[in-house]
Amino acid sequence: MKHYDIVIIGGGPAGLAAAVSAHEAGAKDILILERDERLGGILNQCIHNGFGLHTFKEELTGPEYAERYIKKVLEYGIPYKLKSIVADISDKREILYISAEEGAVTIEAGAIVLAMGCRERPRGALGIPGYRPAGIFTAGTAQRLMNIEGYLVGKKVFILGSGDIGLIMARRMTLEGAEVKCVAELMPYSGGLNRNIVQCLNDFNIPLKLSHTVTKIHGKERVTGITISKVDENRRPIPGTEEYYDCDTLLLSCGLLPENELSKSAGVALDRVTGGPVVDDKLQTSVPGIFACGNVLHVHDLVDYVSEEAERAGYQAYRYAAGETANGGETVKLTVGHGVRYTVPQSIDAGTMADSVIVRFRVADVYRDRSIAVYYDGKLIKRTKKRIMAPGEMEQISVRKDSFAEKTPDTITVCVED
Amino acid sequence: MKKYELTCIQCPIGCALTVTVDGDNVTVDGNTCPRGRVYGINEVTHPSRTVTSTVYIEGGALPRLSVKTKTDIPKDKIFDVMAEIKKKKTKAPVNSGDVIIENVCGTGVDVIATKTVKEK
Repeated sequence: MKHYDIVIIGGGPAGLAAAVSAHEAGAKDILILERDERLGGILNQCIHNGFGLHTFKEELTGPEYAERYIKKVLEYGIPYKLKSIVADISDKREILYISAEEGAVTIEAGAIVLAMGCRERPRGALGIPGYRPAGIFTAGTAQRLMNIEGYLVGKKVFILGSGDIGLIMARRMTLEGAEVKCVAELMPYSGGLNRNIVQCLNDFNIPLKLSHTVTKIHGKERVTGITISKVDENRRPIPGTEEYYDCDTLLLSCGLLPENELSKSAGVALDRVTGGPVVDDKLQTSVPGIFACGNVLHVHDLVDYVSEEAERAGYQAYRYAAGETANGGETVKLTVGHGVRYTVPQSIDAGTMADSVIVRFRVADVYRDRSIAVYYDGKLIKRTKKRIMAPGEMEQISVRKDSFAEKTPDTITVCVED
Repeated sequence: MKKYELTCIQCPIGCALTVTVDGDNVTVDGNTCPRGRVYGINEVTHPSRTVTSTVYIEGGALPRLSVKTKTDIPKDKIFDVMAEIKKKKTKAPVNSGDVIIENVCGTGVDVIATKTVKEK
């Protein structure tokens, strides 16, 4: 069985940044496995701009952002295999991948970085009644068909869900001559970034209907229209509020799900809220030597944060493969209190932690003029005032090693307070 | 005198701005920081956007080449620029950053490739 020091599953933004950072740390024997025909992942179809403001201090399109990392991978001569899909990972870090050229191959890794990304919540998971006519797409599928293959998927479009991909596609299809009728959002607030609502909807006078959902899809062969209804505070449709829209296409932008089938096969423990692996401050999963980063770990809104997180995962994978990591033994658990849905990481090893550890999280609702509070074993340590927090915008705090000087806590709690 | 209601996009707060134009005099209300004021003034005096799209590419490893206006163009030229981009056909190979349309619609801005597409 062929051995690699580090194998990275996925050649998108997370996998590329992990590979680059592992190489720069000193790793010589890396392999990236990518199932698509090219490196870059989802960035290849995200042709709009707005990427890289944090990482490169300039506004790039998705393909340009990807190319910065791909260039480094090529320059460093990091090996990668395209059209190679991983079918199984064992808890002993054996990886089975399949490609047309090589057939089924099993390799062994000193460390693994999981960077498989996420996928979109499909219609089947939404429970919308009606037939199954042509013309229903997830927003990302429509984006791929349009920006990579060059097909306009419809002429009269309705969009369910105000996630960023849906908003971006509302603008994109408008620019290509389609008529985007409306965007409906189940929640009373948008799931997308503010700038996308302004530049993708307001710029083109596309209405956004909050607290609305699609309650019927009309048409047998092809979508002919949809019915939407207003929903109550329990997100139940209110009878009598139905409105009909004439359209030939329904795009769904209703959330992203980390793609963790392989993590499960390796025995990696998953977090029920994020849908991604439970990790420590090294981004190491419950299986030693298996690390995770990017959207497979938790869904991000900015690729810049994916790259930064993946760089840490790549570096830690290098250290593990080189035998440089030891267990410090003092585990601090991170828990959530009121208003916080999850944290990543879920624990910190106080013995081996860096001087400062970034903890990312999402809040459960839109909060104005509240504070983020951090408690060590029930004792208030830090309060930070925030003008606004929203579920669509990831928040972060840093936990400093020297804050454990007096006593290492058993538990750190992050919550939202008045 | 004309009034505009805008949402500031400089940060996640998204302040509701009221921009009043009275001749050469532009005032911004509702902003909570200086960046909001600048945004409000620019949005009503010379709003601009970067346009991104794709063009047909012959003999390429991909059927479409992604492109963008190298810098922002006036917002009211978006659809004119799109019409030019739709007409354009190009040939592989193309490198990211190559100029695809010079001085599009007289804006003084080039449309450039954002992807490297090799020959098939």
